[in-house]
Amino acid sequence: MLNHYPWWKWAVIALVIVPGVFYALPNLFGDDPGVQIRGIRGASIESNDFDRVRTMLSAEGLDPKGATLDENGLRLRFVSPEQQLKARDVLQKELGTQYTVALTLLPDTPTWLRLVQARPMHLGLDLRGGVHFLMEVDMASVFRLAEERYVMDIRARLREEKIRYEGVRRIPDGGIEVQLRDADQIDLAQKTIRRQLRGLQVEQTTRNDTVVLVISLSEAERQELSKFALEQNITALRNRIDARGNKEPIVQRQGDRRIVVQLPGEQDPASAKRILGSTATIETMLVDEDHNLEVAVAGKVPPGSKLYRLRDGRPILLKKQVLYSGDNIINAAASIDSQSGGPIVSITLDAMGARINKRVTGDNINKRMAVVYIETRSSVKTDAEGRPILDDDGNALRIKRRIEEVITAPYIRDQLGKRFQIEGLDSVVEASELALVLKAGSLAAPVDIIEERTVGPSLGQANIDRGFLSVMIGFALVLVFMAFYYRVFGLFANVALALNLVLIVAVLSITGATLTLPGVAGIVLTVGMAVDANVLIFERIREELRNANSPQASIHSGYEKAFSTIVDANITTLIAAIVLFNFGTGPIKGFAVTLIIGIITSLFTAIFVTRGVVNLVYGGRRLHELRI
Amino acid sequence: MEFLKRDTQFDFLGKRRLAGMISLALIAVGIASLLVRGLNFGIDFTGGTLVEVSYKDSVTVERVREQLKSAQFDGARIQYFGTSRDILVRLPVGTVENSAGISSEIMETLRLPYLETVAESPQGGVQQCVSELGLGECKVQMRRVEFVGPQVGGELTEKGGLAMIYALIGILIYVAWRFEWRFAVGAVAALVHDVLITISIFSLFGLEFSLPVLAALLAVIGYSLNDTIVVFDRMRENFRKMRKGGALEVMNSSLNQTLRRTILTSLTTLLVVVTLLLIGGEVIKGFSFALFIGILVGTYSSIFIASPVVLGLGISREDMLPVQKEEAEADGLP
Repeated sequence: MLNHYPWWKWAVIALVIVPGVFYALPNLFGDDPGVQIRGIRGASIESNDFDRVRTMLSAEGLDPKGATLDENGLRLRFVSPEQQLKARDVLQKELGTQYTVALTLLPDTPTWLRLVQARPMHLGLDLRGGVHFLMEVDMASVFRLAEERYVMDIRARLREEKIRYEGVRRIPDGGIEVQLRDADQIDLAQKTIRRQLRGLQVEQTTRNDTVVLVISLSEAERQELSKFALEQNITALRNRIDARGNKEPIVQRQGDRRIVVQLPGEQDPASAKRILGSTATIETMLVDEDHNLEVAVAGKVPPGSKLYRLRDGRPILLKKQVLYSGDNIINAAASIDSQSGGPIVSITLDAMGARINKRVTGDNINKRMAVVYIETRSSVKTDAEGRPILDDDGNALRIKRRIEEVITAPYIRDQLGKRFQIEGLDSVVEASELALVLKAGSLAAPVDIIEERTVGPSLGQANIDRGFLSVMIGFALVLVFMAFYYRVFGLFANVALALNLVLIVAVLSITGATLTLPGVAGIVLTVGMAVDANVLIFERIREELRNANSPQASIHSGYEKAFSTIVDANITTLIAAIVLFNFGTGPIKGFAVTLIIGIITSLFTAIFVTRGVVNLVYGGRRLHELRI
Repeated sequence: MEFLKRDTQFDFLGKRRLAGMISLALIAVGIASLLVRGLNFGIDFTGGTLVEVSYKDSVTVERVREQLKSAQFDGARIQYFGTSRDILVRLPVGTVENSAGISSEIMETLRLPYLETVAESPQGGVQQCVSELGLGECKVQMRRVEFVGPQVGGELTEKGGLAMIYALIGILIYVAWRFEWRFAVGAVAALVHDVLITISIFSLFGLEFSLPVLAALLAVIGYSLNDTIVVFDRMRENFRKMRKGGALEVMNSSLNQTLRRTILTSLTTLLVVVTLLLIGGEVIKGFSFALFIGILVGTYSSIFIASPVVLGLGISREDMLPVQKEEAEADGLP
């Protein structure tokens, strides 16, 4: 009996191995220091910008090693980190505020590999360093704002229908209560609201002997609002991240009220947190100079005005009407004022804001206009043990603090147009963060960071080094052991094991799955377990030989009999790995992914490939003895 | 080369009462420890903040504690992490208003004596700081920050427990379908045994039970099962092949026949796990240790727990006869 593989089995092996090796190759090439240029808020980079960048660089004697232009912006690779830093400084100065220029590492994959879309593995944040945030959108405040809007709507609708009401107000615990002057109109009111405001549920109930309408948001409306708030927040977060110049950021929704943000290579998580979570905005108002400030401070605030405080604590009386707010801002940039030396934010208004600004400043020369800084700080309410207090729906209750400060209230000297400046900020950092938030747009609802995982750049590199070393040493130990124990057959198993590693890397590279540190551990574990299939087969062959079967027959039945055992054993492991994958978050998922890939590739290499090699070596001849 | 002489004739099942007693005693101690000491849950489950910093020169835990105390971080637990230059700071979920910001405040506090602030640094390199000496390597490097809000921690505990149960149910069904219900019960008993003993050891030694450790436990389930299935597979074959002997004899010789494979595979797997434990670094130490214990216990249980349970449930040759088997297979076919 001879052991032969039909040609198609060889074809299958070739069809797996050749592309496998090919797609694993990019991982052998290192990274180049690079610079990534991106446009902010719609400003895209075209090929003529590319030429401009080239001219700027060559003027400084810099010659990029390579460049790519795609939807992620323009990426330039350099020979050395010195060149990279110099290029960044040059470009930042020359390109101005419409673009962000960030340092990055770009894979040095040769062109012929890039042509077939071969690219290196995607490394997780624990390996490359960076920040992972899980954010929760404060849906309670979304519903509260919606109810407040509906209160206005209901009043308007009731007036239209000439239904006189005693009061329409929001109940603090949620919901809206409508009390009518004339109880006979209650059915009409209910019908009107039901017909015209479809997102509401309207019920009649009796409170203090009067019939009132109790109105709440319908389930569909709540879902609609949540979805909208989540999407708008994702957009705002994306804009903010883009404006900061983070490269390869990930902003994704998770579930129905959470957002995952990943910023690879982020150095300053504190600033990232402040900017992503900021609810800061500004409003401008005129200073009320017709009324006496002392009288107002004493408690008699004139209607139409409101008492505010400047940052140094002095009171100031402002007219309530908001001229324009952060929503009217299309661009903002921080800089240092050349005259005063203090930090300023230069603002560009949209058409509507500019029109208002022109009219108001024209009419009020030599009067004062105030810029009010508004921020809502929200935090989760906790009990004495630090556990969050939950409401009936399981959402955390929040304490809210609205901060309103007058940053500056200068005299209007000239008529202004679409541009103006805010002075009086505390620091350059504050100015640049305010400029960024104003430019990127506001959040639809406050967000809380409920999970953070930051890995510093040095730990990331250490993890890569250690992981790589663990794989190599573990691999070497198993190779030596197998060669020592099974001799020639051990070498066959080793070929399969090496191929298995290549295939795991190839599959990770092709699918774009993320390799994490536990993922590396998964690879190491796979190396140890992958030889199990070969141990089973080889032990079976030894048994068959001992039962006085011929060498060829022993090889044949060894593979045959071990097959079902191997499949059963691996499928059960696969079940555990798949459960792990479904349960897992972040790093754990990475472990499950490499385990699943490893189980499948090891089955292929340990059974199919070793059999091929055995056939090739022993298959074609008569054997009298088999040393195993 | 071969480790063991060709045909071993160990009476594994004869020792089943002793083995059962040892395991029961271990589990009893473990459960007592779990009840009394509990598990040292990591912040993945409890919520809280963890900051790992690396100093340029070695530093004392007391000094770091003083610094943090003067900045009102009272509940902080501080310990060395690997070397005397690496410090791990842990804070429980506090009543502090802005909990996600705590880590940043801790870093600021620790950097205060060195008068340095972080500057942009190259990817893959060390953190660069600006101090009065100009730009240079930070004296206090931020290595890692983990913050888990309490709402997330609770969910994880629940999901982790569920994952474990789903894995066991999935395995129970598969093994019952491919073998027989007694084998399924035996396999799951061995898995529960492995998980219990591994958790007990974490409780007894007060080791931190983190999310990666939970992942390792699920991997152990997969591994231990692999072992058990190989043994069961041989029993299934022998029940049909061997004409002589009762269930005990058939099972004993199956265990002996697969013994070398059991030891070899455990050995190669242990080789790589020990490599991970020694080289993989502090971050995955808990993970590697759980795997190490799990694989040892898993190897033991596939011989001394899984098979005795199947025997105890009264398996006999008739249950495994090919006729019945073919019917079972026909059922499984589409």
